[in-house]
Amino acid sequence: MGPSAIEIRGVSHTFGRGGPNEVTALDGVDLTLEAAAFVVVFGPNGSGKSTLLSAVAGDFVPDRGSIRVGGIDVTHRPVHDRARTIGRVSQEPSFGTAPRLTVAENLALAGQRAAPRRGLRAALSARTRRQLADRVAELRMGLEDRLDTPMAQLSGGQRQALALLMATLVRPEVLLLDEHMAALDPRSAEQVLRLTREMIERDRLTVLMVSHSMPQVVRLGDRAVMMHRGRIVQDFSGARKRRLRVEELLDCFEAVRNADLLDDAAAAMLARAYV
Amino acid sequence: MNLLVGALAMGLLLSLATLGVFVGFRVLRLIDLTADGAFGIGAAVAATALVGGASPIAATLVGAAVGALAGLATGLLHTRFGIDALLAGILTSTALYSVMLSVMGGGELSIVTRETVFSGAERAWYRADGGDITVFGTTVAGASLASLALLLLIVPAVALGVAWFFRTHLGLALRAAGDNPRMARAQAVDIGWMTVLGVGLANGLVGFSGALFSQYQGFANVQMALGTFVTAVGCLVLGEALFGRERLGSELAGAIVGTLLFRLLVAAALRAGLDPNTLKMATAVFVVVILVAQNRVRRTLARPRGATGGAG
Repeated sequence: MGPSAIEIRGVSHTFGRGGPNEVTALDGVDLTLEAAAFVVVFGPNGSGKSTLLSAVAGDFVPDRGSIRVGGIDVTHRPVHDRARTIGRVSQEPSFGTAPRLTVAENLALAGQRAAPRRGLRAALSARTRRQLADRVAELRMGLEDRLDTPMAQLSGGQRQALALLMATLVRPEVLLLDEHMAALDPRSAEQVLRLTREMIERDRLTVLMVSHSMPQVVRLGDRAVMMHRGRIVQDFSGARKRRLRVEELLDCFEAVRNADLLDDAAAAMLARAYV
Repeated sequence: MNLLVGALAMGLLLSLATLGVFVGFRVLRLIDLTADGAFGIGAAVAATALVGGASPIAATLVGAAVGALAGLATGLLHTRFGIDALLAGILTSTALYSVMLSVMGGGELSIVTRETVFSGAERAWYRADGGDITVFGTTVAGASLASLALLLLIVPAVALGVAWFFRTHLGLALRAAGDNPRMARAQAVDIGWMTVLGVGLANGLVGFSGALFSQYQGFANVQMALGTFVTAVGCLVLGEALFGRERLGSELAGAIVGTLLFRLLVAAALRAGLDPNTLKMATAVFVVVILVAQNRVRRTLARPRGATGGAG
């Protein structure tokens, strides 16, 4: 048994420490994903689920804890260094693609993600173009005929499908999906969802996905964890995940909401009594 | 006719600086005022090297290399020490002013009597039995034609080299770093290194242009680089108005043609009696006019799409 694909150990992080907007976004998160695991993270707004993905991708160095990807401690490594083994798709299609580069150029760039260094060989040889066209054809969106179109001219759905392809073109150790269908119209979202499932199954990818769509949390993945106030508060796996229904998720949300109200009410009471 | 050939030659050699500014300003999207210093130091170093007895080709290459070093300095100030790119470029250019003075041992250095790449081209021209040419009743000196011919070899070659570079894996990463840094980072591109490399390349081209400029003029002085960046941006925008910004190839062609056109306009204005002392002012006004016109056109074109207006 090799090392775990992702190992998050005791990760805590506070943004704006000491300032008026101090937020503890992550509060002692432990989460381990074995190879080929597909974990969906959900929770209320501000619960820390996107921050958790950012921590794995390397957008910031957490105050405490460590993060390992494929057995290697990446806690202090910069984003571009980790990106060799991490594929990432964000909510906004504009984040994942370079608008002024063509479709083929974007893909050629992604094709070198794991390369030790980018050299002075032509990025788009005839052979590379053919290979890329084949991969684009797998999307079944007709984009293989638009390899020389600047990315900016494509729709959000098309760009997001290509961003997904770019994230997986070189098989990543870990695929991070951050609500990557949330900004799309329903038809495009359905298309990207189909592609996401196909790619994950075909390449047996390890996936950490954030979603706030309850049906997706129920349908996708083999494990679902709920975050609240920077902590993991629920963890559905195995048979519990398979049995999971939307109603049960809604109950989870109701429970944390009640706990919040209680906290606030208690705080107000204490304030009245002592201040 | 001599004026025209001169303006074309000047346009060609300055288009190398425009290509350099294109790399910084359009590809990396940085306002990099190192250009002013890099052009001056390229010119000063090349002139000094010639006076010191260096071969013209070596002097030109050293000028370009020193320009590139100036760019690397700016790039490192910006990426490693977190100094704003605009400020970093001004800092480098300011420091280079002193370097120019000490390299040349004064404010100006004449190389009229020295062998330059252009005097070499001239001799080759006459050796190949090329003489003066008469067009429309005016005689164009063989020397001017030789310089023009040399530049017609150098500039397209450099432009093709830049185009080739931007289509390699490394060049593509550099373009992506400027176009969408967030995406580039997620594709394992080190933005800091790309910025240093790009600013170095940009100012290498500018230094190259400066080195040719001093040889063409027959002197170098500390003032002549002033406004290099602004003028290049004017040439760039002029070229973009003609060639668009859709394709890399047309952008590079636009940079060259824009500079040629700009120099022709300058030559025409001088001939029409414009006081040479007002040239910088005229250039600045010209660039402002182009930029304003460009914004107007863009807004007019954008209107039908944003049907309701206002919100756009």
